Amino acid sequence: MSRSSLRPSRWPHVGDVVLWLATGLATLLVLVILAVILIDVIKNGAPRLTLGFLTKAPSDGMTAGGIFPAIFGTVALVILMTIAALPAGVATAIYLHEYASPTAWGTRIVRIAVNNLAGVPSIVFGLFGLGFFVQFVGGGMDKIFYGGDKVFGQPALIWAALTMAILTLPVVIVATEEALSNVSPDVRLASAALGATKFQTVSRVVLPQAIPGILTGAILAISRGAGEVAPILFTGAAYFLPTLPHSLHDQFMQLGYHVYVLATQSSDVDATRPLLYATVLVLLVLTFALNASAILVRSRMRRHLSRSHG
Amino acid sequence: MATLLDESLTGSLAVRQLSVYYGDKKALGPVTMTIPGRQVTALIGPSGCGKSTFLRSLNRMNEMIPGCRVEGVVKLDEESIYGPGVDAVAVRRRIGMVFQRSNPFPKSIYDNVAYGLRLGGMKDRSELGGRVERALKHAALWEEVKDRLNESALGLSGGQQQRLCIARALAVEPDVLLMDEPASALDPIATAHIEELIHELARDYTVVIVTHNMQQAARVSHNTAFFYMGDLIEFDTTQTIFTKPTQSRTEDYITGRFG
Repeated sequence: MSRSSLRPSRWPHVGDVVLWLATGLATLLVLVILAVILIDVIKNGAPRLTLGFLTKAPSDGMTAGGIFPAIFGTVALVILMTIAALPAGVATAIYLHEYASPTAWGTRIVRIAVNNLAGVPSIVFGLFGLGFFVQFVGGGMDKIFYGGDKVFGQPALIWAALTMAILTLPVVIVATEEALSNVSPDVRLASAALGATKFQTVSRVVLPQAIPGILTGAILAISRGAGEVAPILFTGAAYFLPTLPHSLHDQFMQLGYHVYVLATQSSDVDATRPLLYATVLVLLVLTFALNASAILVRSRMRRHLSRSHG
Repeated sequence: MATLLDESLTGSLAVRQLSVYYGDKKALGPVTMTIPGRQVTALIGPSGCGKSTFLRSLNRMNEMIPGCRVEGVVKLDEESIYGPGVDAVAVRRRIGMVFQRSNPFPKSIYDNVAYGLRLGGMKDRSELGGRVERALKHAALWEEVKDRLNESALGLSGGQQQRLCIARALAVEPDVLLMDEPASALDPIATAHIEELIHELARDYTVVIVTHNMQQAARVSHNTAFFYMGDLIEFDTTQTIFTKPTQSRTEDYITGRFG
């Protein structure tokens, strides 16, 4: 009678080796691609990256000077976009997850709409923003408040931010819903059994626990908003501006659009190339920094929750 | 120990023709029984017999389950809890509940116990502090946690967490405390702690406890109700149920012949 041996087999199992190789190679490929991009950008961009570059406006037909207006515009756009998208997205998610009946027609339609919104190409958002915000809303405001003068009825920071907010809305909604469903049903029951109303349970128990997840949604929305160009093409981004935007109805420069301009609209390609690399580097660093700070906030929140005082 | 309740009210629950449905399916009843005030009443029976459904219908927690429907009457000291205009939220403040799995909030020990009081609008720090201390003492947890009230409740052991949940339920000074297998996830020592506590609580509160553990029912309760297939089969003093039950199915169950 043969008995299987308990001694370790001399060769590892074939399946394990294949899986290890395949997943390892895939990971390596991703790392290599990222490294190549980063090294290329840093090598060509870093020498040009001076304090002057960060604090000055472009000059000499974009072949000299800096990118300060584009940095300013990007940060302003992202902040305004977050102010618009976060409350609306979080409120929608709370309604869908906590209040709406999951089987009702209205709920299903909203859910389908959110999912489809996430799949719409960003240039379509740009056209929508031009038609709805710039011409309809802005144009309407001009007619009512400014006697037909063009004030809001043209591409502007506010319309670009609102267009971008709609683009990032699904990200916020999905992340918030995910965060809400990760809150244990046990604590909801506990709260209800202590005589809490639905609103008290949501505001005192569910939302505080969901905040790290909601911040994740905000992170994703911000990094998407900082990098997208198409939605702002027709709604507010400018090729070049001599001054910074003073109000919400001014146009603005933006890093991603500035990269596009430097890469395609230059009369002297060799002269703008170092500037182009440096601009890309700034865009990457800005996006990473935004992400990193949000991740920091989130992990501090998590730690705070797990040994909290309130 | 000072009693917390008005002497004229005993905290008894009168259940009349109570039926519970999930969708079209009848899960319980009709059940008629009177749960005496300031005693421990154990609900026993095999899994799926309706005892937890019955427990949840005593403080309207079953309303959180979609499709659940209740018929009949439950009265807490002559006040119908399903009456027209009666708010489920108000009912749950007078009839508290402790669950099978301990479910403290990810907040400090203090904030857990103070939660129900703050819901009720209590803001005064010294008043809150006094009530939190009293509830923790009632739940026999005060000595263990008095020096770390501001630490997270999640750092407590399983047995301590369950006693914290009991303290949290007691802080709002309900008339009745419902317990759904409160010790089933605990080790024997923690279970003994909880059982001792349940006995103590009956001085001031009406306690209704669902349990799968026959010995536990025999140890902690004054009265025992046996449920089977959604019906109340027999309800009597615990001594009678465990020594000379009138129904043969009750006898079969408590002697371990089925279930």
